[in-house]
Amino acid sequence: MMELHLPWLELCVLVPLLGAMFVFRFRDSSEAHFTGVAFSLATLALTTGTWIDFMAMRASEAQDKFHLMTRLTGREFFQLDEISAPLLPLAALLFALTTIATVRSKARRFSFFWTLLSESLVLATFSCKEPWLIISLLTLATLPPYFEMRARGRATSMYVFYMTLFIVFMILGWGIVIAEGQQTKQVHSLYAIIPLLAAVLIRSGIFPFHSWVPDFFDKSSFGTALLFVTPLTGVYAAVRLVLPIAPDWVMRSMGLMSLFTAVYAGGMALVQTEGRRLFSYLFMSHAAVILVGLEMVTVQGLTGALCTWISVSLSLTGFGLAMRAVEARRGRLQLTSYQGLYEQMPLLAVCFLLTGLASVGFPGTMGYVGSELLIDGAVATYPLVGVAVVVSAALNGIAILHVYFMLFTGTRHISSISLRMGRREKVALLTLVLILFAGGIVPQLNIASRHHAAEELLKHRGIVIDVNSRAPWVVDPSAETAQPMPEAHPRRIRPTVP
Amino acid sequence: MFTEDNVFRALGLIVVAAPLLMAIIMGVATLASAPLSERASNLLCQICTVIGLIASLGILGLMLAWGPRNVTINLGQWVDVHEFHFNVKFVFDRLSVPFAILTFVLCGVIGGFATRYMHREPGYNRFFVLFSLFMLGMIVTSLAGTIETLFTGWELVGVSSALLVAFFHERAAPVRNGLRVWCVYRISDAALLIASVVMHHLHGHGDFQELLGAGKGISWPVGQVGLDAQSMLLVGGLLLIAAAGKSALVPFSGWLPRAMEGPTPSSAVFYGALSVHLGAYLLLRISPMLDESLALSLAVMTIGLITAGFASFAGRVQTDIKSALSFASLTQVGLIVAEIGVGYFWQPLRYVALVHILGHACFRTLQFIRAPSLLYDYGTMENALGGRLPRMAAARSSWLPEASRIWLYRLALEKGYLDGWLATLFVNPVLNLLRGCDYLERRWAALFESEMEQPAARATSNLTATYVADSLPTQTLAEQLLEKTR
Repeated sequence: MMELHLPWLELCVLVPLLGAMFVFRFRDSSEAHFTGVAFSLATLALTTGTWIDFMAMRASEAQDKFHLMTRLTGREFFQLDEISAPLLPLAALLFALTTIATVRSKARRFSFFWTLLSESLVLATFSCKEPWLIISLLTLATLPPYFEMRARGRATSMYVFYMTLFIVFMILGWGIVIAEGQQTKQVHSLYAIIPLLAAVLIRSGIFPFHSWVPDFFDKSSFGTALLFVTPLTGVYAAVRLVLPIAPDWVMRSMGLMSLFTAVYAGGMALVQTEGRRLFSYLFMSHAAVILVGLEMVTVQGLTGALCTWISVSLSLTGFGLAMRAVEARRGRLQLTSYQGLYEQMPLLAVCFLLTGLASVGFPGTMGYVGSELLIDGAVATYPLVGVAVVVSAALNGIAILHVYFMLFTGTRHISSISLRMGRREKVALLTLVLILFAGGIVPQLNIASRHHAAEELLKHRGIVIDVNSRAPWVVDPSAETAQPMPEAHPRRIRPTVP
Repeated sequence: MFTEDNVFRALGLIVVAAPLLMAIIMGVATLASAPLSERASNLLCQICTVIGLIASLGILGLMLAWGPRNVTINLGQWVDVHEFHFNVKFVFDRLSVPFAILTFVLCGVIGGFATRYMHREPGYNRFFVLFSLFMLGMIVTSLAGTIETLFTGWELVGVSSALLVAFFHERAAPVRNGLRVWCVYRISDAALLIASVVMHHLHGHGDFQELLGAGKGISWPVGQVGLDAQSMLLVGGLLLIAAAGKSALVPFSGWLPRAMEGPTPSSAVFYGALSVHLGAYLLLRISPMLDESLALSLAVMTIGLITAGFASFAGRVQTDIKSALSFASLTQVGLIVAEIGVGYFWQPLRYVALVHILGHACFRTLQFIRAPSLLYDYGTMENALGGRLPRMAAARSSWLPEASRIWLYRLALEKGYLDGWLATLFVNPVLNLLRGCDYLERRWAALFESEMEQPAARATSNLTATYVADSLPTQTLAEQLLEKTR
């Protein structure tokens, strides 16, 4: 395996960890904020360096220079591949921008210590492919929000219940996989696959395991909730733990569950009367759409899902940060009456609308081509699936304009102080808007890289990709017959057009 | 250097770049919190419109002089992975060039009119940003050579329309109507997106010329569709739904009078002239497909005639001038769509439909922008006369019984109860079901509420629960089930 030019991955994990330890010493929230911003920016620089280094090497997999981990523990835990390479700067960017956009009034309640610790855990998760380590890191990542909620005196029962199930299912599922045989490219029983799938569905907020998400948004601080969900670590767990071992028919059945969630959550977002709950349903709908793409197990669906992953993470973080900025000025957002905030914060309104529309794949934004690819891939599997994905996008679009109108239109809100965006918020939101548009105007780089990553993923499943695959409507009786053995891991070869 | 291709390419790029430049400048200035002054906005709008118009007239002149009837400007592959190609391509032919010229002419006129009409309006900059997006959307849609390019323009027109309907956002009614317009547009967009994906699957790309067999010495309205009857019906049906949503054809007609809440200049150019004809334009673009399918053509014709009849009926009793004009506009759009459908039997009718669009758009724009001052003039004349102006005699309807006349009057005034039926049959049941699900979810979450919750937080939770209980309709399905369970 190729080596990066520096021990980037270890540094990426270590710097926020050091930052957390450093921030822990501060009692004053402004000092903690300043230090938090400095460490998160340093981490962003390191992750960007890692990505650039990896891209320059044109490698499909790479490890750190000097192998410090091997010297310390005897094993090299961290490695980078095409799937995880852009996820590192993405996650670091989300953490950095959320930290930067935290206003003074929120800084006292937003824990920079736990945020930096979470960042370190998320980056470590994205940097490793070792299943047990991923499971351990995902388990540890559930703790910071728990401690924060406890510190705020909020009920944690539902969060604890669902996260316990998530952890137990992960350990149980992978335990059975190990018991059945270490190699992933072999037959695994449903006893191993179902618990792993359940864990992924819980973490991604898929119906009927989704109830913790709105509750979590209600009880946790908005920033923490945002950073817990928007890097989509549940999807990463699906890619690393489930996708390599689950048979196609199981993936597609679970894809239908995700599809139902995409439409259901999109619909539920329309009837919400609280801003945070609405955001949580929007997140669930988007996460479900990404899982639909993954679970359809076609190269187009996977490419679309991987592209949408990045765009949804960025746009939903932007949308959430805009909502958080409004919350910082108006308190919890009730969507029962028009708030009339446009004249007070016009730029925030524009950013709110742009990031919201970007999340539903509006043309010209990063998500457009990704969502079209995803729908294309979904149609290739089942035509009606594509229709349902489009319906969910339509519902989400309506929900976004609805919440925009509720917050920013109506009788003008009178305030004795300026409610305009602060400099930090401007930097964070405009950066996201810029990236979303840049990715939309020049999508080829992202799409090509994700396409290659999708092909690699399918190779891991042992699927031969045939460019000249038949049209979806052409029924080939010899192909795609019923899979009698649920344990089988079918080697799917798509027939060609004669 | 000055080859035919290069000249066409340069002019074509100018046609697209002019509105794009305007949208970029206005958008970036807004994001930078430094909006342009009124004078600068006006100047930019006029410059971009005139440049775009001159370039499109240049293309028309050269096409007539040099002979080509189909000029394609391919900007290359926007996305190119193995199975998926995303081509950015603009087509100048007998259909798109007149529509682009119409767009520039009307946008230029309305831009000039709006400069005075919106003078010192607080949302002046917002209006022009959305107006620039609209103009860009219209140009991209009318020149689109692929369905993805068309979708980009289509969405830009949709979002700018919805936001301009809600332009006077301090009042609730325009905002509600803006959301209503957006909802219908999303249905239309969804149909177009699905059609785009289906075309990708059938052809591997969404190229109109490839699909409709144009470009090889053949140009609109002639074409040859290389699809089997079933696929053609599927794609055509989806595009018909998209067109119906955008052009307010039955059953989506309810949004058009609601859209009149926006400022008069945007009402004129959107719902009197350009946006409302976009559906008809899409049907004209796919007319070779209609030529191949009698069922599709009959469906188009039927929808057009029903829309024309409905709009004429409802328009007769409208009490405000903008609503009356919107229904008059819809009547003509219905007739245009019917002409497109009838074109199956006699192809030259497609040209009639195009000319009908051009004439109707110009005439209706004039009516819309004259409407506010017309009312003022009427008032002045009546004051001078000292009484009401003489009115036209009412149509002979005395042969109908009194009760029927009242019933018909109410039916027309309520626009055929079309919105009410849609709400009762589709929207309300779905929303009630979702509210019921929300209630059940909150009940489930309440099971996990512990005693350690702080008083403030509990108060919020109670408030939420109270609101939800209040906001729920009295007899949702979920509530009935819960009652039985208890």
